[in-house]
Order: sequence, then structure tokens, then C-alpha cells
Amino acid sequence: MSQSVEPAAGVPALRVSDLRTYFPVRSKGLFPKTIGQVKAVDGVSFEVYPGETLGLVGESGCGKSTTGRSVLRLIEPTSGRIEFDGVDVTGLSSKEMVPVRRKAAMIFQDPYNALNPRHTVGAIISAPFAVQGVKPPGGVKAAVQELMERVGLNPEHYNRYPAEFSGGQRQRIGIARAVALRPKFIVCDEPVSALDVSIQAQVINLLRDLQDEFGIAYLFVAHDLAVVRQISNRVAVMYLGQVMELATREDLYARPLHPYTHALLSAIPVPDPRAQKQREHIMLSGDLPSPAAPPTGCVFHTRCFQAQEICASEKPALVEPTTGHHVACHFPILEFLGTKEILGPDPGLTPRAGGSLAGAAAGSNDLIREIGTDYGVGPDTPIDPGPSIWR
Amino acid sequence: MTEYSNLRRAFLEVSDLSVQFPTEDGIVRAVDGVSFSIERGQTLAIVGESGSGKSVTAQAVMGLINKRNADVSGQVIFDGEDLVAMSDEDLRKLRGNKMSMIFQDPMSSLHPFYRIGDQLTEAINAHQKVSKTDARDRAIEMLHKVGIPLPAKRFDDYPHQFSGGMRQRVMIAMALINSPSLLIADEPTTALDVTVQAQIIELISQLQREFDTAVILITHDLGIVADVADEVAVMYGARVVEHGAVDDIFYHPQMPYTLGLLASVPRLTQVRSDRLDPIPGNPPSPLRLPTGCVFQPRCVYQDEVVGDLCRTQRPDLESVGPGHEVRCHLPAAKRQAAAEVALAALGRSSS
Repeated sequence: MSQSVEPAAGVPALRVSDLRTYFPVRSKGLFPKTIGQVKAVDGVSFEVYPGETLGLVGESGCGKSTTGRSVLRLIEPTSGRIEFDGVDVTGLSSKEMVPVRRKAAMIFQDPYNALNPRHTVGAIISAPFAVQGVKPPGGVKAAVQELMERVGLNPEHYNRYPAEFSGGQRQRIGIARAVALRPKFIVCDEPVSALDVSIQAQVINLLRDLQDEFGIAYLFVAHDLAVVRQISNRVAVMYLGQVMELATREDLYARPLHPYTHALLSAIPVPDPRAQKQREHIMLSGDLPSPAAPPTGCVFHTRCFQAQEICASEKPALVEPTTGHHVACHFPILEFLGTKEILGPDPGLTPRAGGSLAGAAAGSNDLIREIGTDYGVGPDTPIDPGPSIWR
Repeated sequence: MTEYSNLRRAFLEVSDLSVQFPTEDGIVRAVDGVSFSIERGQTLAIVGESGSGKSVTAQAVMGLINKRNADVSGQVIFDGEDLVAMSDEDLRKLRGNKMSMIFQDPMSSLHPFYRIGDQLTEAINAHQKVSKTDARDRAIEMLHKVGIPLPAKRFDDYPHQFSGGMRQRVMIAMALINSPSLLIADEPTTALDVTVQAQIIELISQLQREFDTAVILITHDLGIVADVADEVAVMYGARVVEHGAVDDIFYHPQMPYTLGLLASVPRLTQVRSDRLDPIPGNPPSPLRLPTGCVFQPRCVYQDEVVGDLCRTQRPDLESVGPGHEVRCHLPAAKRQAAAEVALAALGRSSS
């Protein structure tokens, strides 16, 4: 199954290094001048390997969608390096991009606006063949009908218009179009968030089946952590244009290190009344700061319950305390308040045992020492749990 | 209210509510014979997918359906009075006063040209004779209560100066400013991020306790339902297909649609199967609702019912326990077996 694929083998289908996308803020008036920048994406790096799904999660305005679009150069990034299947595409002109684009595709959030209402389904799904000048064996129509059948549409509906389909079926049309040229990777931008739960599950399963069949890599952009868990091998959590934490699915959901990841996970109500009533809730105060004037130091410090003086002045680097688990935080949460405490009931535990780093994770002493050294945190460093944010 | 309590009538009692919209393509049955009741201080969640009729039900209860282009029948007894039969003028006296509503989209529900403060005091002035300063003080107090920082200063701001979460807070302040005894929240957090959603849900529950408000929460998010609901009505194809206490719905579900819904929800933790188990097919068009059971075309258990019952005969809401009703032709033993299979897949037992 795709979920168990171990990444890190071979050439990544997509490699992004230090990607930055800034939008200028212009003054009003007759001769507008650039007076500032919105740092929508600010130094993001990751790889996605063939057959793998990297989930990109965060709240609205965190830059996850801009990242997805910048990667495909639908929005021109300010700086950074983007490689499709080992080929650097950063400096290519839009003409030179055309053949490279065959390796990439995108699935959009809104199945109502992503399809031209005046084109038939056949025309929509065959567009990639026309644009790239690809002549599939057996003809375009046969190839399109085969695709339609593959994604669960009736091939006889070839000449129908998008308006004749439901939301879930339209998303299937978008998916058929995206996989038409067998791309190396697909950027999925909130592909199921406009759909009802029962339809959402159908589309997630379809995406996973197509991945298993064609070995496509997905960059899966979404705000719903439960949906992302269902499809991703690894997950990156973004906040104000930066990656806060990047880890395997198992690590991120069971052993999140970043306070923001903890807050996000604890804010999602689970569909199980008894478990929900016993879960810990971390209530973040306030709203997302404006990306035009991001906080100094760690961008999350204004809402963070772990924040101390250093957080306001020094930006934490993205480090890798355990293999494959990256986190950008001065005071990561080491107690492994993972699955047990954050996600399920365990009445015996109190929320975060203050600064008792050593006692909290018995059996993981090596890791504690390692992290302790990395972050300059020892058992003596006081960590104020900030009682007001605990319900 | 006390004078009605000895009649043992619920605080809000909706019986056999139907809403039909005649259109060029035929009659749209948006709500078809929906009944429920709710007491003060309680939360009833109405869950369902888009097109199931949950929002129209809420609008009908509030008397917001224009009777010129819709046909509303049935009874909505609120505090002893039938809202369906009530005149628009009388309804207007109740809305925003004894009953109020929070809408899904805070951006389109606030007037962009008027200051937040003016929109809030309008709700007070519409129902009470108070001085300008009293109204202002009350509005500022309410803004403070919903957690708007510097309420006296923000009173003079326009909606565009507020973030989405703050606008939703203003909507809540406006809905609760006259201490209503019935609050209908229609997808109040769907447009918000999870961390803000948690704040808003907490705020609604807190104000509900303070004012002893009956809350009808319309949502598609089973997580929120598990978090706050006392009772749940599951709607599908314009009808209530299952209704019961929150534990009944999550731990003893009976209707195949409820089972399918529970199995479709992605989880934060690993359950037995790593693959979601979606309901096959698509929801029915409200123009062409199936003749028998509305869920029959998508139901995987229909073959276990003898004869053509599911296709031809509309099942009645049948009581299966105290306060727990189900609309399904499956024999009780088979429903039980289906529920056990579904719950086991979720890593739960039905006991």
C-alpha cells in the first residue's frame, strides 16, 4: 500500500529549496510605490518522492496554496529553486516550461470553477493531449473514455457539459484531466474540501488508487488534518509562510513536537463524544497575524503557550531532532503528548508536566538529551505552561 | 413560559414541518415531514450533507421562508405560539429578540457600509425602548463578552476592519444581544479555521449556559456534533432518518445512512482499516426524491429486506429505544448486526 512506501529512494519527483514568494504592497495614489512585502512563502524546502504524498497543512493565509502554485510557477516565485524529476525549472521561460509541464499537473479546490462550463467533458479531459501535442495510441477519444472509466465516470457522458454533473463527479473530471498525461507529480489544492463527507471519502480513495497504479507523487495542500492524515506519507505544517514542522505521518500525529501542531490537533473535535469530552484542549488566543507585518523572531510566538523572551527575538532554525522529524521551535514539546493525550482519553495524565523533561518520556532519554543539547533546553530550564490557555 | 410547562409541551416543538418550492422543473421538496423538540439549555444538532434540507428547516423555524414562493406546512410551536401561522409582523417582533440566528458566512451577513456598533444597537433598538447611551453600553458589553479586544474602540469600526473570526464573534454578539431563548446556528464555524472554530464553539456553549438558551446547531461536521450536542437529528433527502441522544447516534446507530456517514469521516487516529469506507453513489436530487426510502438507491443493506419494500414504501420513523427513532425497513436484528459491523470497523463496540 502506498502509505507504507519508504521515501528517500531515487530522484524526487519534486524538489523545492528555499522557495520564497513575496507579493509587493503598493502605496495608493497616482504613482504607486512599493512600500512593503507580504511574505506569503518564506524559505520553504521539501522533496516529494515518486509514489509518495506530502501533505501541506495550515490555516488560511499560511501560504500553503501559494506554495502549491509557486511550485508549478503559476505564481512566479521571488527566489528559490524548483526541480521537476531532477530538472531545474526555476529559470526556464514560459515557452521552455511547456514540455516540462507534462511532468506536473494540478487538481483544484472548486470543481465548479475549475472546469469551463462551455466545454464538453471530452474536450476538458482531452485538453492536455492537445496542448502537449500528444497522440495516444488508439486515438484521443478512446484514451479519454478510458480515463473517464478509470475515475468512475460513465464514458458515454463524453459529450455532456460540467453543469450536468454533481460536485463529486466534477472533481472526478478534474482528476481525469490531471492524470491524462501520467504526470510525475500532482499538486492537489484542497481537492476534497468542497465536497460532502460521503463523497470526500470516495475521492480520497480514488486518489490513492491512482497513486498506487501510476506511482504519482502528490503535494496535497489542505486545511483539514484528518483528511491529510488519510492520504499522506509525510506532512508539513505551515504557519505564516514558513514550515513549522515536517515529519512522517506517524510521527506528526502521534508525537508532534511543535506547539502549533499540538494546538491544531487538539482544536479538531473528534467524532466520538466520549473521547472528545476527555481530550485536552489547547485554546490558541487571537487570530493569525497579518503576513504583511509578521512577528519578529518565531512567527508563532504571539499565540504560543510555550513562548519565552528568546522567541520574540530569534527565529528558530528548522532542525531534525530525530530522523525525518523536522521542527522549527526553541521549546518543542518533548513529552510526547501524542496519540494518547492529544487524541484520546487518558484521565491519569495531566496536561504537560511543566518542565519535567526527564520524567515525561521515560525510555527516550537519549532523545531528550539530544534535543536538550540542540535547543539549549535542560531539565532545569523553566517552561511556563501558561495556565490561562488550558481549559 | 411557566403557564405552558404544566401542559408538558416542549419549549420548541416542530411537528410535521414541510417546505416545498414550486419551480419550473417541478416541486422541490426541501423539507418533508420533519418533527423534533428541544428544551431550554439543550443543544440539538441537525446533521446532513448539502441538499439534505437542514438549512431550510432552520429557516422555516425562524419564519425566514418567503411564503410567496414556497409552501410551508406543519407546526412550529415556540413558547406556546405557532410560528408557521404567525403574521410577518409578529414574527419580526420575535426574531432577533426571543429567537435569533447565526449564519454561516460572516462576511455577507454584516452590512459593509455600516459601523459594527450601529448594526449591534439596531438589534437593541428594534425591540426595546432604550436611550442611545444605554444601547451603546449594552453593545460594548456584548462585544467584550464575545472576546473583541478594545470593544469601545472597535464599536466604531467597519466590518472590513475585522478578521473572519472576529466578524463571526460580532454575529454572535448581535444574535445574543437581546438574550434570546432560542438560538439557531447554521454552520457557524464552517468558514473558519480550526483554532478559531474551537474558540467560537466554546463561546457559544458559554453564552448558552449563561442565558439558558436552546440551541439548534446545523452542521455537517460530526466532530462538532460529538463535542456539543445533547441530541442529534440526522437528515437525508429532506427527511429525518435517525434521531436520538448523542450517544445513541455515535454508539448505537441504526440507520444505514448514519453508519455510512460515521465510516466516511477521516480520523486523526488510526482505526482498524486504513481505508475510508465511503457510501457509494450520490445524494438524490430534491426534485426527484426516490419513492420509497430516500436512501434506498445508495443502501448496501436493501437486499436484506424482503420484497420491494425499500423501493416502494416510505418507512416511518420507528422508535427503537427511549428517545431514539429510526426510519428504516430493515428488521431490528439485521439493523443491529449492521451496526455492530460498522462500529467494529471504527474500533468501537456498541456496548
